[in-house]
Formats: sequence, structure tokens, C-alpha cells
Amino acid sequence: MNLHVSADIWQPIRLTLELAALTTVILMVVGTPIAWWLARSRAWWKEAVAALVAIPLVLPPTVLGFYLLVALGPSGPGGALASLWGARTLAFTFPGLVIGSVLFSMPFVVQPIRNAFEAMGDRPMEAAATLRASPWRAFWTIAVPLASPGFLTGAILGFAHTVGEFGVVLMIGGNIPGKTKVLSVAIYDYVETSQWAEASVLALGMVVFSFCVILTMMLIEKKMTKSAS
Amino acid sequence: MSTVKVDFRGTLGRFELNARFEVPARGVTAIFGPSGCGKTAVMRCIAGLNRLADGLCSVAGDVWQDEKTFRPVHQRPIGYVFQEANLFPHLSVRRNLMYGHPATTGAAAIGFDEVVSLLGIAKLLERSPRHLSGGERQRVAIGRALLSQPKLLLMDEPLSALDQMTKDEILPYLERLHAALDLPILYISHDIAEVERLADQLVLMRSGTVLASGPLSKLQADLSLPLALSRDAAVSFDAEVVGQDAADGMATLVVPGGQFLLPAEPLPPGTRRRLRVLADDVSLALEAPSRSTIVNVLRARILEIRRQADHRVTALLGLGDDGEGARLLSRVTQRSWNELGLQTGLAVYAQVKGVALVRREDPAA
Repeated sequence: MNLHVSADIWQPIRLTLELAALTTVILMVVGTPIAWWLARSRAWWKEAVAALVAIPLVLPPTVLGFYLLVALGPSGPGGALASLWGARTLAFTFPGLVIGSVLFSMPFVVQPIRNAFEAMGDRPMEAAATLRASPWRAFWTIAVPLASPGFLTGAILGFAHTVGEFGVVLMIGGNIPGKTKVLSVAIYDYVETSQWAEASVLALGMVVFSFCVILTMMLIEKKMTKSAS
Repeated sequence: MSTVKVDFRGTLGRFELNARFEVPARGVTAIFGPSGCGKTAVMRCIAGLNRLADGLCSVAGDVWQDEKTFRPVHQRPIGYVFQEANLFPHLSVRRNLMYGHPATTGAAAIGFDEVVSLLGIAKLLERSPRHLSGGERQRVAIGRALLSQPKLLLMDEPLSALDQMTKDEILPYLERLHAALDLPILYISHDIAEVERLADQLVLMRSGTVLASGPLSKLQADLSLPLALSRDAAVSFDAEVVGQDAADGMATLVVPGGQFLLPAEPLPPGTRRRLRVLADDVSLALEAPSRSTIVNVLRARILEIRRQADHRVTALLGLGDDGEGARLLSRVTQRSWNELGLQTGLAVYAQVKGVALVRREDPAA
């Protein structure tokens, strides 16, 4: 076994972290209003929207990847968007990866935030309104702080899940070093080319990372139940 | 005179609401009725927390809801005290109190220090609501509502989640509130003892409908309403202290058409106290009893009667020779009623076995 590890492994690590961070930020911005609406709305069709958001949980990533490939390609809306800056397609680009990751990781962010908003109940917001707080002020001063464990859980899960995605990336990102070649694909590649040292370093890193994520989640949960009682 | 005027009709969840009343926008108005009769629904409509499509609500001439208006909750100058305190758990007591406090307040404002001392919460300010007892939480919730400078305070059974001891601890604060602040209060309760102690006006509700509204003593003495025929029927009225006999500890209080003697700790003459007399504690005689342990025997006239299914008679009395004074209720058996030949219009002696002092604070002070 070759113990010399190629310096190239830093590229997919950096790219993965960039992708996960950007995806998480976008998901917090996009996912919070969706979670709020799902928690508060009395529309009969809201569970249909919830199911739509949750679909990536059960859908094979290749299916999502296939549709994304079509949508992001030259003849889809992604292509039309890309033409604004003279490109032909969003597939096989970093922005394409971000779009894919946002959709794929959305349930992991929306669900914990929605749960936190629902656990809060109507009363704190009602109390705030009777104290002259506008809905906007009540949201930021009451709902967000009370749901903060949900936000934290959502952010961690969204980040971690983006780091771990493989199928969607493979379908729409391909394997362009420095542009779309993220960790999970890199490991696959190293194995394909028998670069076991690199593969095992990355794999072990992922194991440690996943362990830390799960541990953090459990500690948050424990702290939450403690402060709730 | 400025009033609170509401008219809510329609279905709200499982309620068929038909609530219409107008009461003066001062003092305490109790919304009274059995659990589940729609009291909370009415209060939530007044606050704007629930919306009935064609409801009307105006407070002191200010329209909060009509055909074309629906003012959102946060634009109504209310304070709302829920059954559970609903404090914000992530904020300290002090920051809870200050949450609705406007940045700039006029001279007539309810001040922070005033509220803190009125409710006795000075020692709790830096604590988290998680570490308060039920009674402390409710006092902070009342303070928080007051500091938002409401023009109308809405209290939805603020004591119902508390045990009797805690209730007794908070009631004096509520009485002080009533005495110290010129703030109209709507107060929901299903406990007549609480109502007798706090309320000036009464809105009587049964299964989503307002049966009657008006001064407490008037509704209590209305034989056409269920209150006067209930098991614990009573009349309460405000009386003026005129004297105190230091030797035997008896205070004399005057009401229109008569006076009551009752054992009490020294009461300052000229102040007002609220008395309550149960219908079951008033018996009737045609002649003044000469030797009796009953201290309070008052001249009265029978104004109206109701014969009840349990072979008893409830009579409405007017104090004084002419029967023009304060109203009392008396409940006697059908048999004694017939034996004495009692009837409407007759002058009688009302023998009052018990008088309770239900409010110790002077409402006018």
C-alpha cells in the first residue's frame, strides 16, 4: 500500500466545504419561511407541499439527479438562466451543484425548523401580539429564539447531508476537479484508480466528521429536553 | 359615557356565539358563566385573536371591528392576561415586563416601579420565568400586560390554573389594581366568589349567549336570571363605614334603606366596603323579633317572588319602609311562606344571619 498521500485530496475537501456552507446558508434563508408556513398555515393542501419538500428523503438520488440534469441543461430553465451570463448550461457547474444540493437537503433543514415552530405553539406569538409587537418583530424576538434549537439542528443536518451526497452530484456535477468534484465522488474515484491511501484518509475523515455531527445533535437534543422541563 | 360595546354572532370552532353587550369602560366587568359557555371566545374576539366575519367591537368610541374595519391584534391598546401566564421563557422577568413597554410614554403612563411594587415582584426581576411559582408567573404576566399601557385590560380566568392558596395570595393584588389604576378591566370567571369580590359590572353568559349585562348587584337580584335562583344565590353591594364599636368589635355600615353591623377589624369611617348576603341567610318575620341572637334585622318590603321546584320561595326585598332601598334576596320554605301569609307588597322584617365582607380595599381610594 502506498503511504504517500497526494496533495490533490485538499481540493475536493475545500470544494465540499464551500458547497455545504453555501447550501446551508441558502437553505436557512429559503427553508425558514417554508417551515413557518408549514407550521402555521391551515391550508388543506399544506401537507402536499410538505410531502413535496420531503420527497428527496425517499427518492433515489439518481431520479432527482436525472430531472435536475434535464432542468439545468441547455433546453431547461437552468440553461435559460445560464444564458444570461453567456453560458450554455448549469449542469456540470458549481451553481448547478448548489441548486441540486439545496433541493436534496431541504427536508433535513425544513423539518427540524418546522417541528420547533410547531412545538412552540400559538401562545407565545399571541402574547407578543397583545403586547403590541408587529408580526415581524414577534417573529424575530420570540419565534426565532424559541425555535433556535431547531435552527441549529437544521443547519447541522443540512450541512452534513450536503457533505455526504453522492448520487445527485454524480448525475449533475460529473467529476470536474476543482469545479464539481466533491469528497464523496473523489473517494469513489480514488477507489476506481486504486489510490487506497487517499481513499482511506478521506473515508476515515468522513467517519470522524459524521460521528461528531451525530454527537453534537444528541447533545443539543439533551440540552433541549433539559431546558424544556 | 365611554363604553365597551361588542356584538359577535356566528360560529367559531365548536361555538355558536351570540354575544352582544355594552358596559361602561371603567371598573371591573366580569364575564361570568359555566366552563365552556364561550367566555374565552368573546374575549379573544375583542382582542382580535379570533375573527368573526361580521362582528362589531368598539371601545371608548374607538372602532376595533365593524363591517369595514378589522384592527390587527398588535394595533389594539389592550393588555391580555391568559389562563396560563405565557411568559416568554427565553427572557428574564425584567425583559418580559419590558417587552410591551413603549419607548416613550406620556405622563399618565403606568410606571415600571409602580407596577413592580403593586404586584410585589421586585425580588423576581432578574430571574428566569422557568424558576417562578404559578402565582409569581401570573403576577409577572399581569405586570407585563399593564406596562404595555393598555386602555382595556382583558383577563381570561387568570386565577383558574392556581390552587386556592395561590389564589388568595393574588386576589389582594387584583383588588389593589382595581383601586389604584383607572383602567377598565374585562375579567372572565366561572367562580362567583371571585366575581363578587372584584366585579362592578357583570356580563352573564350561557352556552354562547349573553343572557344579561349590567351592575353586579342588579343582576344578582334579578329573579328572571339563573343567578338569583341558583343554590348560592346572593346579593353584594358597596356600603359605607359609619362607625366602629371598639368594645365588641362591631362595625356599622350603611346601605340605602338600612344598615348592617358586623364583626370586623377597625375600618376607617367614610370608606366603602363590599358586603355580600346569601339568600339562604335571610329569613322573614312579620314582627320585629324581641329576643334573638340575630344582630341585623332590617325593615323591608317584598317586591317580587319566584316559587321554585324544590318547595322553596325566593323573594326579592327592597330595604326600608317603602322598599326603595338596596335589594336583598331571601329564600324560605314554601310552607313558612304560606303559614305567614306572605305576598308581594307586604312589609316585613328581614333577619340577616350572616353578612360577609367580600372586599377589604376601598374601591374609591
